[in-house]
Amino acid sequence: MADSITASATVPIPERVDRRVWVAVFLMLLFALVPLYAWLADDVYVLTYFGRMLIFALAAVGLNLILGFGAMASLGHAMYFGFGAYTVGILSTWGFTNGWLHLSVALVVTVLIAIPVGWIALRTRGMAFIMITLAFAQLFFYVFVSLRAFGGDEGLSLTELSGFGALTGNKYAIYLSLLLTLVLVLWFTHRLVKSRFGLVLRASRHNEPRLNALGTASQPYRLVAYVFSAQICAVAGFFMANLTGFVSPSLMSWLISAEFMVMVLLGGMGTVFGPVIGAAGLLLIEDGLKTVTEHWPLILGPLIVLAVIWLRQGLWGLMAPSGGKAASSADQGDH
Amino acid sequence: MTLNLVLGQALNGLQFGILLFLMAAGLTLVFGIMSFVNLAHGSLYMFGAYFAATVASHSGSFLLAIVSAMLLIFLLGAAIDRAGLSILHRRSHLDQVLATFGLVLFSNELVRVVWGNAPIYMDAPDYLSDAVNIFGLNYPAYRFAIIVAGLLVALGLYLLIERTRIGMLIRAGASNRTMVSALGVNIAWLNRFVFALGAGLAGLAGALVGPILSVEPGMGEPVLILTLVVIVIGGIGSIRGAFFGAIVVGLVDTMGRVFVPIWLRAAFDPAMATAIGPALASMLVYLLMAVILAFKPEGLFPVRARG
Repeated sequence: MADSITASATVPIPERVDRRVWVAVFLMLLFALVPLYAWLADDVYVLTYFGRMLIFALAAVGLNLILGFGAMASLGHAMYFGFGAYTVGILSTWGFTNGWLHLSVALVVTVLIAIPVGWIALRTRGMAFIMITLAFAQLFFYVFVSLRAFGGDEGLSLTELSGFGALTGNKYAIYLSLLLTLVLVLWFTHRLVKSRFGLVLRASRHNEPRLNALGTASQPYRLVAYVFSAQICAVAGFFMANLTGFVSPSLMSWLISAEFMVMVLLGGMGTVFGPVIGAAGLLLIEDGLKTVTEHWPLILGPLIVLAVIWLRQGLWGLMAPSGGKAASSADQGDH
Repeated sequence: MTLNLVLGQALNGLQFGILLFLMAAGLTLVFGIMSFVNLAHGSLYMFGAYFAATVASHSGSFLLAIVSAMLLIFLLGAAIDRAGLSILHRRSHLDQVLATFGLVLFSNELVRVVWGNAPIYMDAPDYLSDAVNIFGLNYPAYRFAIIVAGLLVALGLYLLIERTRIGMLIRAGASNRTMVSALGVNIAWLNRFVFALGAGLAGLAGALVGPILSVEPGMGEPVLILTLVVIVIGGIGSIRGAFFGAIVVGLVDTMGRVFVPIWLRAAFDPAMATAIGPALASMLVYLLMAVILAFKPEGLFPVRARG
């Protein structure tokens, strides 16, 4: 399904696909039309607005890789989001402005931290895993709060963005590369989930002892998935810093981690495209409520509770052809 | 001087640990018996602080403020459970985390609407505003009172759980709730009592910190997260683990913040010590957690399998 998403309708879509493919294609086309609108209306702000949506979508897709497919509920992924953003902030403060350098350092740092953190956290299951990932994120949150040299808790305005020659800081270029990255990550997720790797990952979500008894040690697979997912969040953070020109520890706050989770759940756990819908949905709901009242969390909070209780398959699951039933048997590897 | 500093900070750490224990006891009890995780536990703590500050400023009685805050939060806990939290009992931990996250957002904003954005303050009563003399150290009487009160509550909780019928039911419920239910115990009521008890303890903790911290929206989250660290270190569901975990976390966090920068200044040049000292100090608790979990993923006092 996601294949056709990535091909953006250039490839004839085979029959027997459910209508949700069209929803996905339509949504991505809308995202692709945003720069055109911005150019025609000379309104760069819409690029920032929808760019932010794409960034959260990217992070949610990343989190979903382990949360949805591997049942690893990490409440600490904002930490990797923050690493991506702070790499840009710190390196450009030090005078290194090469964009590719920023991106590679962000990825390397994320791997170096995600491996030990994942190794420790994955020794536990369920509740303890949620709490430990939260605690690790909090650890790094406080590290960045106390780094006075990089703005401390007030954050850091970037003097220079990641350098990509003439395209540096160009909102159109940032937006389009963000969109391209999201499409690539969706395609990657789709392929990964269908591969043997993804099969092991999904199996580990159901019955780990059986998986291990069948002769496949699930732990390495889970750790690798954890690292991939962390890297996707770091890339999202890298874009966040470039889009807004500002990094602060609030990017790593546990509220952001929880928002990522809500996005995955709202969109549909364990579906490739669901998190994109969830991210766009949550941000639109938030902004909608903000126009109604300044006390918007008073409404958003209960809405989240209701979504958790009633929307078990997420918005994406609601759109399933058989009225959500296909997704409710939860594991058809709905992708 | 240095000895006094160590003793003073150790007492501060103990006092912080006691508060964490009040938080952790409720959370871990609820987790133990209902397998329910409540991120809004920090919100109950916040409400406790606000209720206490409000009652204190209207009645002028500190004791009344503490007791009524604890009772109100106890009742609030029972009411929340009655109102439908029980729907979440059978859901996955992920659902519980996210639903209670929604409640956290709601509570913080509710507090902003009712009490405003600015922190409010609460004074310690006159009879506790002096210092007490402990081994030649002048220590604030109010903080000392928190330590004493917290230890009494811990003792009371121990007696409740180990020596009373209801405590026996709680322990039985934690090891096999279906069996307890089959033996004719109304498990829903037991759940409600445990949840309300945990809420009441969180309310008490919130009320007690009123005079030493500023009471403000969002004050619950930092404590909540440290509380989660405490129960992960102690072993989820274990009261004993919560007690030791809380004391260890309280001591390490408080003393680390004072002594890590001092040691760093002695070992490295001052500029570097000032730069990394605070960062390292605030990491200490989490590093401790990481080390403990790397060796004992179940925590220090693992709870044996429950049905």
